[in-house]
Amino acid sequence: MIRLTAPLTDADVERLRAGDRVLLSGFVYTARDAAHARLVELIEKGEPLPFDLSGQIIYFVGPTPAPPGRPIGSAGPTTSYRMDPYSPVLVAHGLKGMIGKGKRSDEVKEALRRHKAVYFGAVGGAAALISKRILSAEIVAYEDLGPEAIRRLEVKDFPAVVVNDAHGGDLYEEGRKRYAREG
Amino acid sequence: MREVHVERITEAVRRLSVEANTRLGDDVVAAFERFREGEQSPTGRDVLAQLLENARIARDEGLPLCQDTGFAVVFVDLGQDVRLVGGDLYEAVNEGVRQGYREGYLRKSIVADPLRRKNTGDNTPAVVHVRLVPGDRVRITFAPKGGGSENMSGIAMLKPADGAEGVKRFVVDRVRQAGPNPCPPTIVGVGIGGTFEIAALLAKRALLRPVGDRNPDPFYADLEEELLAEVNRLGIGPAGLGGTTTSLDVHIEVHPCHIASLPVAVNIQCHSARHKEVEL
Repeated sequence: MIRLTAPLTDADVERLRAGDRVLLSGFVYTARDAAHARLVELIEKGEPLPFDLSGQIIYFVGPTPAPPGRPIGSAGPTTSYRMDPYSPVLVAHGLKGMIGKGKRSDEVKEALRRHKAVYFGAVGGAAALISKRILSAEIVAYEDLGPEAIRRLEVKDFPAVVVNDAHGGDLYEEGRKRYAREG
Repeated sequence: MREVHVERITEAVRRLSVEANTRLGDDVVAAFERFREGEQSPTGRDVLAQLLENARIARDEGLPLCQDTGFAVVFVDLGQDVRLVGGDLYEAVNEGVRQGYREGYLRKSIVADPLRRKNTGDNTPAVVHVRLVPGDRVRITFAPKGGGSENMSGIAMLKPADGAEGVKRFVVDRVRQAGPNPCPPTIVGVGIGGTFEIAALLAKRALLRPVGDRNPDPFYADLEEELLAEVNRLGIGPAGLGGTTTSLDVHIEVHPCHIASLPVAVNIQCHSARHKEVEL
């Protein structure tokens, strides 16, 4: 088990390999489809982003509303391929990590190799468990998007696994092949 | 005629929407435990342990099992000797959803229009499937459906000559292509026969059967078991990280069909297989 603190450095990213299990602490930002579209639009127009992407991790999540006395509701990962059209642009602008679930496109994997970044998988549907590893949440931008607003989360021992590393490793491919028994 | 006030339907839907989203069925929990023992991948066993822990936290603390608290899919089996009074059935269901999703701190995941995509803010409207049945009872099943697994579903209009082999190929192919996306271990609902729309609805209804339940027709019970064994040989595993537990079960529902047709639909259910029902 590897302990990591976000934001990440290039050295953090380079030592990670597909299949590594990590416990992540520090700060991550949330964004889903609608927020990604807005971030990329700002980059294309050359306008400033609501937060500095350098070294940061984006968690693909739209949490449930926070019940009284909690920083956030249930907060598991959403399916990542919907962010594939946007992720390479963000990685080229300094994003070092993404957390989601499900396969990424070849373009995203190529961007991870070229710009030294990593894609983590969290367990989809383990949303109540993950909620307990989130210490605080504050809205940073796009409050009008409701569950899709960009939030800054402080996490402690957030469980994830490296799916796509910066060296071309792909746990979904390797894991499936290891256990496939197709006749 | 037995009169049932629609306020009772609102109340039932309100309660079921919170219960379904926070309490995983005993059949699903038992399946996690059973498959964890046989799972060959250590990572896969760890994922199943996380899912058991997640279900425990959700139950004990009243937190939603998954942040995607779903499209509110509501099945109403309406006894033909019941007369609903006090208002519109569909509005009564929507009011239950509105109250349940607000009071239960559940996520509002519905946009009013598929292309202009503005959130309705209260998770309505529900998808309501009403079926007239004999008797004077109203049976309501609440089955919130997440977007991630719904998106991996599919339908094909096969040729009759494709037969059982063609159906098997299509189902296994859907599960293979879905890979890690629909949150495995999944439950695979298969609808065979009927028309285009009936096949899809059969696949959805198949997901309401308990894990481990077999089709009463031995021919389809065998096909369910064959398909389950086959998808679990794909290697996708829990959370798609590799392993021998890709699906917890395959349920098949069938319907008579046209001499020219063999429709087959696959509706994939994530491991957060939530549904609760009540009879009024």
